[in-house]
Amino acid sequence: MVAPHGLSFDVAHMLAGGLVLVSFMMLYQDRLTALLHVLALHAFVLALSVAWQAHIQDAPHLYIAAGIALAFKAILVPYALRRMVFQMGLHREIETVGGVGITMLAGIALVALSLEVMLPVTAHTDPVAREDIALALSVVLIGLLMMVTRRNAISQVVGFMSLENGINLAATGARGMPLVVEISVAFSVLIAFIVIGVFLFRIRERFDTIDVGALDRSRGGQR
Amino acid sequence: MPDPVTAILLTPLFAAAVLAVLPGYRLGAALNMLACFASLVFAVVLLFDRPPVGVYLLVDDLNIVFVLLNCFIGFTTSAFSASYIGHELQTGRLKPIHLRFYHAMFQIMLFGMNLALLANNIGLMWVAVELATLTTVMMVGLYRTAEALEAAWKYFILGSVGIALALFGTILVYLAARPVIGDGLDAMIWTNLQQYAPEFDPSLLNIAFVFLLLGYGTKVGLAPLHAWLPDAHAEGPTPISAVLSGLLLNVALYALLRFKVLLAANPHAIAPGPLMIGMGLLSLIFAAFMLYRRRDIKRLFAYSSIEHMGIIVFAFGMAGPLGNFAGLLQMTMHSLTKSAIFFSVGHIAQVKGSQRIDDMGGLTESHPLLGWGLVAGVAAIVGLPPFGVFTSEFLVVSSTFAREPILAVILVAGLLLAFGALLSRLNDVAFGPVKGPIGRVHASYIPMFAHLSLVLMAGIWLPPPLVAWFQHIAAILG
Repeated sequence: MVAPHGLSFDVAHMLAGGLVLVSFMMLYQDRLTALLHVLALHAFVLALSVAWQAHIQDAPHLYIAAGIALAFKAILVPYALRRMVFQMGLHREIETVGGVGITMLAGIALVALSLEVMLPVTAHTDPVAREDIALALSVVLIGLLMMVTRRNAISQVVGFMSLENGINLAATGARGMPLVVEISVAFSVLIAFIVIGVFLFRIRERFDTIDVGALDRSRGGQR
Repeated sequence: MPDPVTAILLTPLFAAAVLAVLPGYRLGAALNMLACFASLVFAVVLLFDRPPVGVYLLVDDLNIVFVLLNCFIGFTTSAFSASYIGHELQTGRLKPIHLRFYHAMFQIMLFGMNLALLANNIGLMWVAVELATLTTVMMVGLYRTAEALEAAWKYFILGSVGIALALFGTILVYLAARPVIGDGLDAMIWTNLQQYAPEFDPSLLNIAFVFLLLGYGTKVGLAPLHAWLPDAHAEGPTPISAVLSGLLLNVALYALLRFKVLLAANPHAIAPGPLMIGMGLLSLIFAAFMLYRRRDIKRLFAYSSIEHMGIIVFAFGMAGPLGNFAGLLQMTMHSLTKSAIFFSVGHIAQVKGSQRIDDMGGLTESHPLLGWGLVAGVAAIVGLPPFGVFTSEFLVVSSTFAREPILAVILVAGLLLAFGALLSRLNDVAFGPVKGPIGRVHASYIPMFAHLSLVLMAGIWLPPPLVAWFQHIAAILG
């Protein structure tokens, strides 16, 4: 058990809090390229956080999870998505993010909700895990918020990835949790498929836009 | 003779590897059937030769029912698929390379589902459910039309969110178990969790269950998280619709039931029943109303699946020996009947070249076997005697009336609404003047009639060993 006020606790806390902060930064990005930069930052903070957990839990296998987060989620996927954005000529487009103020307020409410829900029920567990789980839930909920407020497929993918980063944080925070590396690999496969899916949408040229609203229209009225 | 559990898992993997490189769709379809049959044989062997509980895999009285059902419907669907897929090739909707991919994916999907059912580890189960989801997503998008891609994308995003929430719930269960069982793998093993569940922190367990219900509930197709289900059923190849309704929904339900047992074992945790009852009734009523506005026949039966999953989750939520028994029976009957309906609908849609209900009519006249098969299937699914669904729905309703009359009234209202909607649609499609092309169909009727006769048999006479077996499982589920 880690002492609640030692350095290791403070750093873990800071990194998890940093992840929540970066989640908030995503909410108001209306340019796709900027959003992807923030996504890379998000994954980078996650990698730091996982690596710190590996250090304080003395769990070397978590370094692998951190490495995956860094290489795959902070570098490879944002790069691939960025190339896609440029190829599709979306980099100049400004996405309509409905009501930044309201979205931010909703985000704050979600953080309050998750702290209110998680902190009382985890009173008896390890303090590091406790903070991590509560903050991870905030990241998950903000990711969901992002997915429902955005209409663009790439923004939704970014929302999903931030959600998934939150789950990774929770998994590493739970001390000694087995299969973390396997699960992060499974998630990486999932994300890779999503990215390929977005790509396929485009190269098939069935749609002129990857605005999800266009998908709804292609259903051709009610069936 | 190899260990049957390993055999069940390795057969589809091996078959998938071969099918991915095998040229010729006839050969592929035959091998697909053969592999499914082998899995079915191993599943039957499992009944008699049960391997000891392992760290990763487990066979117990509960999951053996699901595995058996899974392998059986997997086999019959592969037989249906063999005749279905040839037609798709002739009409040019699919190319030979797509079929190789399709057959390999079919096996990997069965592997994922069986692994999820046999897993003794909540992390492994999660990974397996994800694998099954991914493969079905790819199958749904197989036709690569705008609609199919849209359906696959929607399924993908909603399924991923569901699965992410389920993982969060899984992590919370681990956190609850860790102080009692200790760090590491031990705290993720079912048999351990079940044993120590009474000592877990109840409030953590409660929150975990909410996440698991939302997460796996998305995959079960419970309202309001069902949005992916009708699209995925309507736009994918029909064998996949049959497998989705008949099997994948059950696998997610199985995961939910496992966690429900944990919660029920802890005296201080919330009762999982009311949550499940609420979501079940909501799905039932919602789907019953939605049935009225459908114009696409596969969409129609997809909504009927939401309706039935609602009834099943409701029955398991009511719990007790009778509620669980009724839920299990309803689940088995629904899987068999719904896949039989999709077998028939698949061929009908191929003949008519359309899935629109308006393009169909007089099927009992133009295609007597398919038409009457559909009539029998729909009669069974709406719960008319003498079919098995009648027995199970009667059990659900009567046991609910005895305990919660108000809930029973809502339940019956939903059932009657769905009854009216499905029968009026059936009337349009099966009777009246013949509409649309009446070309000959190269159908295999055996899978459809095999399922229907099993359902009919269950309605007339349930074998006592089966009753005793289901009663035993109902007792485990608490």
